[in-house]
Amino acid sequence: MALAVVIFLLVIGSVIFHFASPWWFTDIAADWGSIDFTINVTFWVTGIVFILLNLFLAYCVYKFRQKPGHKAVYEPENHKLEVWLSVITTVGVVAMLAPGLFVWASIVTPPDDATEFEAMGQQWQWAFRYPGADGILGTADTQMVTETNPFGVNIADPNGQDDVIVSAPEMHLPLDKPVKALLRSNDTLHNYTVPQFRVKMDLVPGLISYIWFEPNKAGRYDIMCEELCGIGHFAMRGSVVVETQAEYDVWLAAQPTFAETQTVAAANPAAGQAQYAVCAACHGAQGEGNQALNSPKLAGQSPWYIERQLKYFKEGARGGEGDTNGQAMTAMANMLVDDTAIRNMAAYIATMPDTAATPTVTGDVANGYEIYDRNCAACHLDNGDGTWYTDAPKLAGMSDWYFVTQISNFRAGIRGLHPSDVYGEQMVGMATAMSGLEEIEDVAAYINTLR
Amino acid sequence: MAYVPLADQDSEMEMHHPHSWVTKYVWSQDHKVIAIQYGGLAIAVGVVALILSLLMRMQLGFPETFDLIDPSSYYQSVTMHGMIMVVYMLTALLLGGFGNYLIPLMCGARDMVFPFLNMLSVWVYALSVIILLSSFFVGGGPTGSGWTLYPPQTALAGTPGHDMGIVLMLLSLAVFVVAFTMGGLNYVTTVLQYRCRGLTMMRLPLTVWGIFIATILGLFAFPALLVSAIMMLFDLLLGTSFFMPAVIEAGTPLDHNGGSPILFQHLFWFFGHPEVYIVALPAFGLVSDVLSTHARKNIFGYRMMVWAIIAIGGLSFVVWAHHMYVSGMHPYFGFFFATTTLIIAVPTALKVYNWVLTLWEGDIRLNAPMYFAIGFIFTFIHGGLTGLFLGNVVIDLPLSDTYFVVAHFHMVMGVSPVLVIFAALYHWFPKVSGRMFHEGMAKAHFWITFLGTYAIYLPMHYLGFLGVPRRYYAMGATDFIPESAQDLNAAITIAALIVGAAQILFFVNIFWSLRNGKKAGPNPWGSASLEWQTPDTPPKHGNWGDELPTVYRWAYDYSVPGAHEDFIPQNVPESEEPTADEQHFDPDHDASKAGA
Amino acid sequence: MSLFKTLTDKPWERKGIIGGLNPEGTFESPPERVALGFFLTIASVIFSMFGVSYVIRMSLPDWEPLAEPSQLWLNTGLLAISSILFQWARNIANAGKQKNLMTAFIGGGVFAVLFIAGQMVIWENLQATGFYVASNPANSFFYLLTGLHIAHLLGGLWVWSKSSIRLLSGSKPEDVRLSIELCTLYWHFLLIVWLVIFAILSNT
Repeated sequence: MALAVVIFLLVIGSVIFHFASPWWFTDIAADWGSIDFTINVTFWVTGIVFILLNLFLAYCVYKFRQKPGHKAVYEPENHKLEVWLSVITTVGVVAMLAPGLFVWASIVTPPDDATEFEAMGQQWQWAFRYPGADGILGTADTQMVTETNPFGVNIADPNGQDDVIVSAPEMHLPLDKPVKALLRSNDTLHNYTVPQFRVKMDLVPGLISYIWFEPNKAGRYDIMCEELCGIGHFAMRGSVVVETQAEYDVWLAAQPTFAETQTVAAANPAAGQAQYAVCAACHGAQGEGNQALNSPKLAGQSPWYIERQLKYFKEGARGGEGDTNGQAMTAMANMLVDDTAIRNMAAYIATMPDTAATPTVTGDVANGYEIYDRNCAACHLDNGDGTWYTDAPKLAGMSDWYFVTQISNFRAGIRGLHPSDVYGEQMVGMATAMSGLEEIEDVAAYINTLR
Repeated sequence: MAYVPLADQDSEMEMHHPHSWVTKYVWSQDHKVIAIQYGGLAIAVGVVALILSLLMRMQLGFPETFDLIDPSSYYQSVTMHGMIMVVYMLTALLLGGFGNYLIPLMCGARDMVFPFLNMLSVWVYALSVIILLSSFFVGGGPTGSGWTLYPPQTALAGTPGHDMGIVLMLLSLAVFVVAFTMGGLNYVTTVLQYRCRGLTMMRLPLTVWGIFIATILGLFAFPALLVSAIMMLFDLLLGTSFFMPAVIEAGTPLDHNGGSPILFQHLFWFFGHPEVYIVALPAFGLVSDVLSTHARKNIFGYRMMVWAIIAIGGLSFVVWAHHMYVSGMHPYFGFFFATTTLIIAVPTALKVYNWVLTLWEGDIRLNAPMYFAIGFIFTFIHGGLTGLFLGNVVIDLPLSDTYFVVAHFHMVMGVSPVLVIFAALYHWFPKVSGRMFHEGMAKAHFWITFLGTYAIYLPMHYLGFLGVPRRYYAMGATDFIPESAQDLNAAITIAALIVGAAQILFFVNIFWSLRNGKKAGPNPWGSASLEWQTPDTPPKHGNWGDELPTVYRWAYDYSVPGAHEDFIPQNVPESEEPTADEQHFDPDHDASKAGA
Repeated sequence: MSLFKTLTDKPWERKGIIGGLNPEGTFESPPERVALGFFLTIASVIFSMFGVSYVIRMSLPDWEPLAEPSQLWLNTGLLAISSILFQWARNIANAGKQKNLMTAFIGGGVFAVLFIAGQMVIWENLQATGFYVASNPANSFFYLLTGLHIAHLLGGLWVWSKSSIRLLSGSKPEDVRLSIELCTLYWHFLLIVWLVIFAILSNT
């Protein structure tokens, strides 16, 4: 009896929950209304079946519950009824399947006028490539990937020379133009998902998969990885900006071509040295750092990381609210007028002799190892050297007290949450591997053993 | 030499009667002891997996509060929870546990065909569990690549347990396949060859049909898992490139080249999809018998139920790639697999109709096993219908790899089979132990489990509609997920913790009832099928005393017009029908007499 | 009784005993034979899974076919002789005779051992000439398939050795007749599997 009532209430409750809930698909931003239509058809068919079947179930339980003097009816089968039920079910299934197959047919056949772009995933970042003026993407292969050619573009392929390279996890697309995304991976499976576009597809190393869509609403949308790709899976984010053709053209023109990325003039450490005089006051003449002035050691840090952080300070992506020392750096970084100056500075720092910083933090090394080995080593490597591939800076031999303040900042939301700090955002998630100051110091103590 | 029926050959030879405690309870060849060993071990690892899931829920519901697990152990928990629940818990419990206990009894046999092989099966299964759990204690811990173990991720340094953990996992799976094959050969051969006199296939209870077809599925599907495990072990240990393409590991290119990760996915899901039905079909069978017995009515449309089991079993081998719509396989496969997948909905729906129609015009006894069985119908309807979303390839695009998938498969192959398992455990407990369970405690257990799991999984579908991706350690900031989603997550976690804790009621009930339960007598439910007609309760080694039973009718003669009682056991000849009342036993009235 | 008729039977309409001592639907074979039938089906599934993987992997660009050593022909002959000897032993046992039974049955196993030894020699030679398991997917599959086939043979040899010991210690032929028959069936199966593997390997 109670069961019948509860089933009845659950049906009513589910319906109310559905209509009252604020949780539903995000507003669609691509021309895939047909997918939403198919979902609605399925939703109504299954919803009605859900209500009818369960109400009938509740009725049976109520009506035919055991009562004195009552006896069940003996009815082995009712073939006619079963045939009818099969027919009705089949009709319902066809009603749901048929529109699905038609929509699928259009999903698998990109229109001829769709322009292509490439989304490349690797642990745990997005990068993008556009075909350039010739409209053709050059061939590429994982085996040709290097630090200066992260896409593995075939240098010998003339089609690849004018490809536009976007080495940051933010891409742009023009409004109301069909686009075909070619998906490629350098290491493991990833998945290119923009919830507002509705479609998604895996990136598979060794082959090129594709999806197509036509963005029809301007805005900025998250790109998520939705295929488990390792420990940083949840932090693999990008974004896509949908804008007018004119805006898009301006953006695209500002991005370097592949040929340009291969012919960047060598940095000039001597020029960097001249500007370093200002830095030396705090960071030391040899970049050895000075804890009293809250200035971390620089010598030994990878140039790409120094460059990126200087740009962040300039843009305000670092040194925001709560980061007083970072704010001091913003003023300093602004003295470097352009990207060339920043590159020269990083190149000069790379020439400094790398002597390991003196340990200042103590902690439980064994616990630090546990945490580091399980969570940090995937990007910063077992030896703490870091690598450009995972955008992970060097940790071993660097200032341990600085490590502690930065991880604390990540945990407190002081660093990494600025929308431009796309790489720092990952550390906000990963820093939770350390539960508090004590564990951060444990990890710092372990890193101190890696020199 | 007189011809001895196959099913009774063992009585001619000497039964392997146990002589000591060790041969009786440890190296036992009695299918009933083996069943309890299988079931007990499966439930024990199931509890481990349950605890892992609660750890994950605490992280998801209250990300910064508990700090119980870091990203690494989160992914390890995801993996181990899934693999343990699907393979080591559900498969082992339903086939190794219920299959072992019920097949010989329902077939009127003295034991399985090959008792020694049967004993070997449970101990090899134990070995596979030990290997699996040992991965918690090796450097790097268990693999964190998700229960699907997709390469190349399994082998890369960015995945927890990429060195020892994954090797132990694959090894354990290979050993499990061996154990399953030994058990499975026993189950199918016993059903085919050891049925007692008069027991035709169509007179078998649906439980046997479900387990029989599921075992055949397993025997054909598990090889795919074995094959993929072997090839992946080659890739990991010998440096071959079956599945491994050229990849970069943390900036360094690896030595592999040219392998196909999608080939692994095809092999895995060729196992993985039938695996769903390896779990579901026995549950379908068990619940049919519980429903029929307690509705005091024959299962409606028995023939259709058998055909549906066979049809679902057959179709389950041609739908596997619906798990791979977004895998990058050739997109044209989508047409084929969406069609086959939705076709499978028809026989499945028919089963649901027939369960409900079994209740129609029945005389429904609303006790704890029946509560669980009816609860199953509700959750299975829900889980089955959401499957229609995911099977339809275009709807799968937005929903795949979101919490909708998680909610769907937990509803359909988590909650539903588990409700059936509880229904079956309560239903057959009196036969296994000779005592009744505590009805009040069992009903409390039902209410919390049933309502609690619905409170977990109904809202979870809506997280999926929102687009919340699965397998995320932390959601971080997005522009499309509202803050309120986190409240939903917290509510789900609270419900999960309550449901998890409520399972203690089950264990308390079992252990309390083993000592203090009312004596049950041989047939407390007034059931018509053969396992309730044994001369002893619990049945002794050899099950049937001196003489094997003879079967005169199907297993569902309930409320037959003109009969004196509302059930006629299978082994009652037509001539004796009116006097069947001495078989009847009502626990509420006769318990004291039987207990004497 | 056909499968169709079995499955369309209305069990509630037929009462009483159906069939003789064994109910309808029971196979006229000993259970061991039924179980072996299932096992051979499973083994076929395993080998066909590898076969399918082989064909799919072969279509990828880095495949370099392996030149199969001619010694494979010799080994195939050894396995065929082994199979023939088993068949001979089965015929003798089925006729209830004893003469040559020991020679045939044990000889069959010995030739199987020789086959395995021959396969090992091929492995050695391949390794010596630089064809390692990881050099190319074709090599990997060669080692994998031959190895898997040997593993199945070793399983068979385990049963064979138990039966041989029973024969040597003077068991009556009718007591081991079933074992001999099942071994023979298994050996024929493995010969066929080997011929299929050999055909695939040498034609690709």
